[in-house]
Amino acid sequence: MTQKLTPQQLTELAERAKSIRGNILRMVTEAKSGHPGGSLSAADILTVLYFAEMNVDPATPKDADRDRFVLSKGHAAPVLYATLAEKGFFPKEELLTLRKVNSRLQGHPEMKKIPGVDMSTGSLGQGLSAANGMALAGKLDARNYRVYALLGDGELEEGQVWEAAMFAPHYKLDNLTAFVDFNGLQIDGPIREVMSPLPIPEKWQAFGWNVLVIDGHDYQAIYDAIQTAKTVKDKPTMIVAKTVKGKGVCQMENVVDWHGKAPSREECEKFLAALAGE
Amino acid sequence: MATLATREAYGLALKDLGDRNKNVVVLDADLSKSTKTNVFAKAHPDRFFNVGIAEQNLMGVAAGLAAAGKIPFVSTFAMFATGRAFEQVRNSICYPQLNVKIAATHAGLTVGEDGASHQSVEDVAVMRALPNMTVIVPADAAETRQAIDFAASYQGPVYIRLGRAAVPDVFGDAYEFHIGKAALLADGTDATIIACGVMVAPARHAAEQLISQGISARVLDMASIKPIDKEAITAAARDTGAIVTCEEHSIIGGLGSAVAEVVVENVPVPLERVGIMDTFGESGTPNDLLKKYNLTEEAIVAAVKKAVARKNS
Repeated sequence: MTQKLTPQQLTELAERAKSIRGNILRMVTEAKSGHPGGSLSAADILTVLYFAEMNVDPATPKDADRDRFVLSKGHAAPVLYATLAEKGFFPKEELLTLRKVNSRLQGHPEMKKIPGVDMSTGSLGQGLSAANGMALAGKLDARNYRVYALLGDGELEEGQVWEAAMFAPHYKLDNLTAFVDFNGLQIDGPIREVMSPLPIPEKWQAFGWNVLVIDGHDYQAIYDAIQTAKTVKDKPTMIVAKTVKGKGVCQMENVVDWHGKAPSREECEKFLAALAGE
Repeated sequence: MATLATREAYGLALKDLGDRNKNVVVLDADLSKSTKTNVFAKAHPDRFFNVGIAEQNLMGVAAGLAAAGKIPFVSTFAMFATGRAFEQVRNSICYPQLNVKIAATHAGLTVGEDGASHQSVEDVAVMRALPNMTVIVPADAAETRQAIDFAASYQGPVYIRLGRAAVPDVFGDAYEFHIGKAALLADGTDATIIACGVMVAPARHAAEQLISQGISARVLDMASIKPIDKEAITAAARDTGAIVTCEEHSIIGGLGSAVAEVVVENVPVPLERVGIMDTFGESGTPNDLLKKYNLTEEAIVAAVKKAVARKNS
């Protein structure tokens, strides 16, 4: 049993997540394009990682001993940018430049442009391989950092994911923890209808991973899973996080159309109100 | 004259590099006996990683290692490095400009008996088109060693094209490779032959043969395909007025195209391309295939005569 988050910590996490969700809505609305649904579903996972777990410091974003995070589902860039801004890696005002010409905030994350982004991603299926390499480098250099990756559930349809899935247990990368944002929806519809990657936990188990299944919106559950992963030796951990696409905005929840569509300004105001009254 | 396949020279150079630089790690995709990374693996087993038959993950893991400060050399056949894993090379390595060295072996027709499925005839074209990528096609063992050492010292992605078949030595041990610079192998006044890889030796023989036919040809080794030596190309066009390119690669997108781009933009002169004529290869011995696909001394001689005739017409 891992340590209980204090009521103050839980309150802080809830406030951070709410701020991050609000900024996701504002930036996607301002950009008039982007991916709000899968950003909102992952917001609680990133909140716990960046505000209760990861050893990262905005003052030294390239520190060799820092923990790393790879957003393999790179289209959820808004949640990563909003989280990094919340953490202080760059000013929150810059979030409104998302997807605009000359902005550092590319439609999909670019590590050379923005402090705090550890890997350029966007083309699905490639992030876990990079996370493997970072974890392997950590082992080679006997550094104590941990590597985190977040994959989409639809992304599991990419073949490269399973090449990477084979690699991490083979090289005993127990410093690697990955998440599947299991929200059940992809662009063309429910994952089970488009091309089912189910059952998800059993697949990762069969590939040799330590697998945990949690509620991806329960801060204590996310925190506990991360702590458990740190105690497992010789195996990477996959945390299958059951989530709700569009989480936090009742009008967007489980609506497939909000995968890759920006709200209008009027809709954004309503959604922000819904978020505030959550 | 000594002969050695560039992949053999790579294996030895990589092992030596590993002795000197502890940051070098090597990845292979179940072809280490063929790519010769097994020489490194034997000497430095703790820094060698077989990823299995999984070239996409191969490139991604290399990207992650580079992002964490390592200098990964990755090897597989050129076909798979640039074809199967093209998009990983593009998006996970070149776009973030990560310090990954792709040393791809078994390039071109001289793979031989395995046939067209394994003969990359377009790898230079696709690698050359990628922003941030450096492309090197060494001609022999000495140039391969130099290219490997250059790649390790340079910060950023590098593609090095290596061959399966033995090639004769072109350069002595005193040779110094410089990125972005051609190497002058013979001077001449009537035409310039610009070659890379396995075509450098026949290019030099062609120039010798042409002397007896009254044509004086300059010969340039252009291992550095990107960046390319614009000064040497424009000087060759100005000084000799006719150019022939020679490569074991499609005439589309490789050395011939790269040289033609410089020539037409600066000093337009007649240019002929010796290469693979927009076709796939087939099974056969390397020598039989080079003959069948006109990658020979005789083909170069004929191309030079044609270019000179166009210049004088």
